[in-house]
Amino acid sequence: METRKIYKVEAIIRPEKLDELKDKLYTIGVTGITVSDVYGCGLTRGQKEIYRGQVIPINLMPKVKVEIVIYETPLQKLIDTIREVCNSGHVGDGKIFVSELVTAVKIRTGETGGDAIIDNQP
Amino acid sequence: MKRSVLFACPAALMPIAAFAAEPASELNAGDMAYVAVATLLVLIMTPALGFFYGGLVRRKNTLNTMMMSFICLAIFTVQWFLFGYSLSFGPDVGGVIGNLDWAFLSGVGMDANPDYSATIPHILFCMFQMAFAILTPAIVSGGIVERTRFPAYCLFILLWGTFVYDPMCHMVWGVGGFIRDMGALDFAGGTVIHVTSGFSALTAAILIGKRKDFGTGVIRPHNIPYVCLGASFLWLGWFGFNSGAGLTSSAVMAQALANTGIASCTAGLVWAILDKVIHQKVTTVGLMTGLVAGLVGITPGAGFVDSAAAFFIGLTTPCICYFFIAVVKAKFKYDDALDAFGCHGVGGVWGALMTGVFCTKAVNEAGADGLLAGNPAQMIPQITGILVGIVMAVVITAILIKVVGLFTRVRATASEEAQGLDFIEHGERSYNKL
Repeated sequence: METRKIYKVEAIIRPEKLDELKDKLYTIGVTGITVSDVYGCGLTRGQKEIYRGQVIPINLMPKVKVEIVIYETPLQKLIDTIREVCNSGHVGDGKIFVSELVTAVKIRTGETGGDAIIDNQP
Repeated sequence: MKRSVLFACPAALMPIAAFAAEPASELNAGDMAYVAVATLLVLIMTPALGFFYGGLVRRKNTLNTMMMSFICLAIFTVQWFLFGYSLSFGPDVGGVIGNLDWAFLSGVGMDANPDYSATIPHILFCMFQMAFAILTPAIVSGGIVERTRFPAYCLFILLWGTFVYDPMCHMVWGVGGFIRDMGALDFAGGTVIHVTSGFSALTAAILIGKRKDFGTGVIRPHNIPYVCLGASFLWLGWFGFNSGAGLTSSAVMAQALANTGIASCTAGLVWAILDKVIHQKVTTVGLMTGLVAGLVGITPGAGFVDSAAAFFIGLTTPCICYFFIAVVKAKFKYDDALDAFGCHGVGGVWGALMTGVFCTKAVNEAGADGLLAGNPAQMIPQITGILVGIVMAVVITAILIKVVGLFTRVRATASEEAQGLDFIEHGERSYNKL
């Protein structure tokens, strides 16, 4: 088999899309995800919050970052899936960042590279 | 307020007078039980204020802000024992302050002191009043949180309690106090507690200066559930605050309980409606603020006005407080961080005025008839009480801030402020995730 690449995909998404995305990712063979609470701002100008009658513009909006490392799953399929779930058509839907990884190591077994990513359970 | 008369007069005590040989010094189990419970209710308000204020600040200042309230329990219980009670209620000196005869609670024992409370032990009266003396300085912290150094704050409130609260308490409530002798009515502390603390908070806020992010950065509450927790216990405790102030388990107590509930909940509803109309959303902090504003408004009149007056006070107080917090503060750009002035100062003045308008002897024989009952003259002592409270608060607070500054730095540096006072002042952090 030709040498395949390991990709890391970081998707910054609306928090309310997380559950749906997580379920969908498992159906396309993603073997694991890491999720963090993040704050960010992009083209969205933010929202307004009201405290004691005073309007406070909030630029940094709460978002969720989903980190997905893939080896067998096709990159384009993953990107399409994320877009399909997370696209509401409004500003603030988020971004997807893709990078190539040098390697990966599974801590329990010591397997490296693609073997550390794929699901090799029977 | 004429407390000594109040305790001797209520109709509820008449049967005791009929059967007891010495009614003037007879301890009454019902009164003792009620005032003891009311004392506990007022005591929980200081921790409650800590949570209320702690939730309203940014997370890096949570502990510091809560400590500004909690430390009052420690400082003012000791101060009250040492000399605070004596200065407030001890034998009169010139109508302005008590002397030191009762320092160390000397002579303040288990017998009643008929001057203040004929049917409960003097020591119980002292404890009930102590709960107020603890709470009031904590309210002042609302104006100056997130930028004041903790040692300076502790020194400041100790002096403030001694030179503002104790004299004001004496003038309005102490035997021989000149505002009391004018006939001013302040049932549970509209002028003594809310006017003084609110105007002092404003003065201190202006002198200490704005927070460095005020008007430029994002400053918003970090934990609104804490605000709700604090408001819950403030609300509950305030029933003891207002109804216990008569120091008897009587019909006036029952009316004060009803007035407290009517005014606070009406005010909460009014604030919610204002929020909805002006900003399209009913905010949680707004509802909590409205409840507190109503409580402040009804405090001075709780035992002197009827239910309809309480409803009117509940309708009007939050409108005025909302105007000061949302409009006046924004226009004049003073950094009254948690609206101690906007809520307590403004609400306290309004409540004290409304007491003079609505008070009636039909509710409390020991009170007075007010403006609507055909006695406009009642407004004179009311306004005098307010003005004296404001002048005392502003002038003495200004002096005290300067005096404290001679001994220790009052203002945190920009760097300290940016890092947050939890770590800088206390060496702790509120939320450790790892």
